[in-house]
Amino acid sequence: MIAHLAAEGPQNPLVPHASELIIGLICFFIVFGILAKKLLPSINKVLEERQDLIEGGIERAEEAQAEAQRTLEQYREKLAEARKEANALTQKAQEDGSAIKEELRSEGQRQREAIVAAGHQQIEADQKQAAAQLRQDVGRLSVELAGRIVGESLEDEARQRRIVDRFLDELEQRAAEQAPADATEGSAR
Amino acid sequence: MVSADLISLAAQSCENAHYGNSSGCSFPAPSLWTFIFKPWAHVGMDLNKPMLLSVICMVLIVVFFWGAFAKPKVRKPGKLQLIGEMGLDFVRRGVARDMIGKEGDRYVPYLVSLFFFVWLMNLMAIIPFAQFPVTSVIAFPAGLALTVWVTYMVLTFKRNGFVGGIKNLCVPPDVPLPIYFILTPVEFISNIFFRPFTLAVRLFGNMFAGHLMIVMFSAASWYLLSPSIGALYSGASFVMTIVLTAFELAIQALQAYIFVMLTASYIGQALSEEH
Repeated sequence: MIAHLAAEGPQNPLVPHASELIIGLICFFIVFGILAKKLLPSINKVLEERQDLIEGGIERAEEAQAEAQRTLEQYREKLAEARKEANALTQKAQEDGSAIKEELRSEGQRQREAIVAAGHQQIEADQKQAAAQLRQDVGRLSVELAGRIVGESLEDEARQRRIVDRFLDELEQRAAEQAPADATEGSAR
Repeated sequence: MVSADLISLAAQSCENAHYGNSSGCSFPAPSLWTFIFKPWAHVGMDLNKPMLLSVICMVLIVVFFWGAFAKPKVRKPGKLQLIGEMGLDFVRRGVARDMIGKEGDRYVPYLVSLFFFVWLMNLMAIIPFAQFPVTSVIAFPAGLALTVWVTYMVLTFKRNGFVGGIKNLCVPPDVPLPIYFILTPVEFISNIFFRPFTLAVRLFGNMFAGHLMIVMFSAASWYLLSPSIGALYSGASFVMTIVLTAFELAIQALQAYIFVMLTASYIGQALSEEH
């Protein structure tokens, strides 16, 4: 039986069977036909659409980015402007402030001078008044003195002279007491 | 018809070959008979298992891609569509663009069909109940290689004209003159005869050998199984069957990839102007 098998043997495995060849080719061409005519065109269309979608999305995103950038620039410009304005305002305020201060100071000075001047006038007036008073007093005192002298009845000349000297000393003393007080009062102002 | 009778004869004589059983059958080593199937029916031609498997492969591919690509969605594609897109992208970028260039997009449908058809026919080797790589029957790779050859020739002459086409096939550029006396006939034979032949035989041979190994180890693991020290050999054979199955899984994808890669390179060469 083995001899029989060897003699008949299976055919050369490298020689194709016509029927198998045909079936194989038919199967392949069915696969190829359906894929090439129907399925791959449809998926390719979808892949292209998806590509477009993605690219469109990227483009839109880029546009949005640019827009955002522009807005940011605008905001920055505005911010810089506002800052400049604020600086200008601050400076102006400072200038104004110093001007006001200066004005106030000069005003104060003027007032002070006015007050001092008024003080001086007052003093002068007081002095005048005092002088007038003094004159009046001197007059009265003179009359008083004269009365006294007359009252003492002119006994002797020496005595009269003493009275007059004493009176004048008294007067000087009074004047000396009054003058320093006036001087201190004037310098204190 | 003769081979079918022989198969039945061989099957009858040793129904249950097993080490140590009384029927005295020796180890049923796989042979060329492993690749020849008794026809199931005769409708104008013999119909057998590889043919049925190739039809099943065709149906599976069409169903898969129909599910994936028939109603594609731009936004939120389904899982099937995503997987299909990955496969398409793999062939488009990894094969067509790489080997042919921008012009390769036109040949993507052909390359995609080839890749998935070959891969699925290879994959049948390790799918339960099928368990036979369709491409280990020479007729299937030969048919596909034939389409590649026709495409290659048509594109060569269409692009370059008759003289240019012959030049493209026989006269490689940038070679010193005397070398052409040797190189021209070699190139001619290589491009016109050896390329399609090796394309088919490479695929066939890889699948044939892989299947032979798996069959041998699985047959051995059954044949050697006995309540004796032989069980160890049986276990080792079984492990080998598993290992080879995993190995075949890689080889199947690799061979399908090589097949389309070479096809694309031939197309690229046919389309190149200066060659």
